[in-house]
Amino acid sequence: MAAPDSLPAPLGLLAELTHRCPLGCPYCSNPLALDKRDDELDAAAWARVFREAAALGVLQVHLSGGEPAARRDLAEIVKAAREAGLYSNLITSAVGLTAQTLAALSEAGLDHVQISIQDSDEASADHIAGYKGAWARKHAAAGEVARLGLPLTINMVVHRANIGRIEPMVELALSLGASRAEIAHVQYYGWALKNRAALMPTREQVDIAVRQVELLRARHHGHIVIDAVVPDYYARFPKPCVGGWGRRSLNVTPAGKVLPCHAAEVIPGLEFWSVRQHSLLDIWQASPAFMAFRGTDWMKEPCRSCDRREQDFGGCRCQAFLIAGDARAADPICHLSPHHALVVQMAEARAEVGYSYRSL
Amino acid sequence: MDQPVTQISGSARPRLPRGVRLTHNEAQGGWLLLAPERIFKADAISAEILKRCTGEVTLDTIVDDLARAFAAPRERIHADVVKLLGSLADKKLLEL
Repeated sequence: MAAPDSLPAPLGLLAELTHRCPLGCPYCSNPLALDKRDDELDAAAWARVFREAAALGVLQVHLSGGEPAARRDLAEIVKAAREAGLYSNLITSAVGLTAQTLAALSEAGLDHVQISIQDSDEASADHIAGYKGAWARKHAAAGEVARLGLPLTINMVVHRANIGRIEPMVELALSLGASRAEIAHVQYYGWALKNRAALMPTREQVDIAVRQVELLRARHHGHIVIDAVVPDYYARFPKPCVGGWGRRSLNVTPAGKVLPCHAAEVIPGLEFWSVRQHSLLDIWQASPAFMAFRGTDWMKEPCRSCDRREQDFGGCRCQAFLIAGDARAADPICHLSPHHALVVQMAEARAEVGYSYRSL
Repeated sequence: MDQPVTQISGSARPRLPRGVRLTHNEAQGGWLLLAPERIFKADAISAEILKRCTGEVTLDTIVDDLARAFAAPRERIHADVVKLLGSLADKKLLEL
């Protein structure tokens, strides 16, 4: 059964299959408290979630983690997504993703693979990932993806240590056979927030990077699509986080909790429902967490009377809580927010310190 | 929409590559083109064009077929088809 007309139909489901991951990237968006293996949903539960998602209007499922390849039953999960009629996208570090697994995933109907790379420079890449040999393994896996004829996106998370190498990173994506590159500036949640001072680039670096992406887009037009996730600490307006709360997407954690966005658990007092007790339709329609910031009624000034309220939906609720201390406030990224000065200060608070690597 | 960079000859046999799928979904209100990290709404005409991009028939055949099916001038159909397919090819969403 689909959602009633008054509710928007979601388009995407982020399925966090596991929080296990061999890498330790300091900008990981996972929460600091990670779900344990024993609590993970099994393949049959995921299959049910996919069927319910498709009925709700979801078109694409993003199989993520942690590292989804840490799951032995990944091919079974991909097959279930295909059988539910969903477009499946594997978001992987590619470490632990063998040629054999990839062949099985391709056979199971996987639509697209996204591999992250940490840098174009091997030593730097392995340092950022906290894993020696990661770069070489990613290359091998990308080659295998190309050999199988699966479309490939190379995702590059950009921060102070690699922001000067966007051009060689795009060249690398091209040489790996990617048809799409994603330049994603770090978003400061989870482990990334913990490492903010070590990761934050300067405004000048960000300006250069933005111009660089424009040049690369023009140069490689028709050969590779370059999408960019902008660094919001230096923006004037906030991002329309998850396309609006409870409007376009759902996130299911390894243990089955359904969140409006992957970081939502940082907001105190929200009640999340689990797919173990509820159908996805029930959760989308009625779970307190999804109801909390849906639409515009919850807004305070300056959002409430703002012309952009249906455009950026007040920005990110998590960031409003994390910086302004109030999840109903305007995202402090917005220059109209009374807390915007804090963002400016935080962007300046850079420090040459070692990373706090993600770990269980 | 800007004019696409990609030019398509009448003998090209356009097809949707792996990772790009045309689908119909009631809850989303019609035809959609699913691609890596993106979703495009396809209007009725676009859907008719895309359904014919199987890699088996030529662009000329597709245009003739649509001109007949919609009893529309061939030149106009041709212009619509090369504009849509050219812009998809620019985005790596179509193989020629």
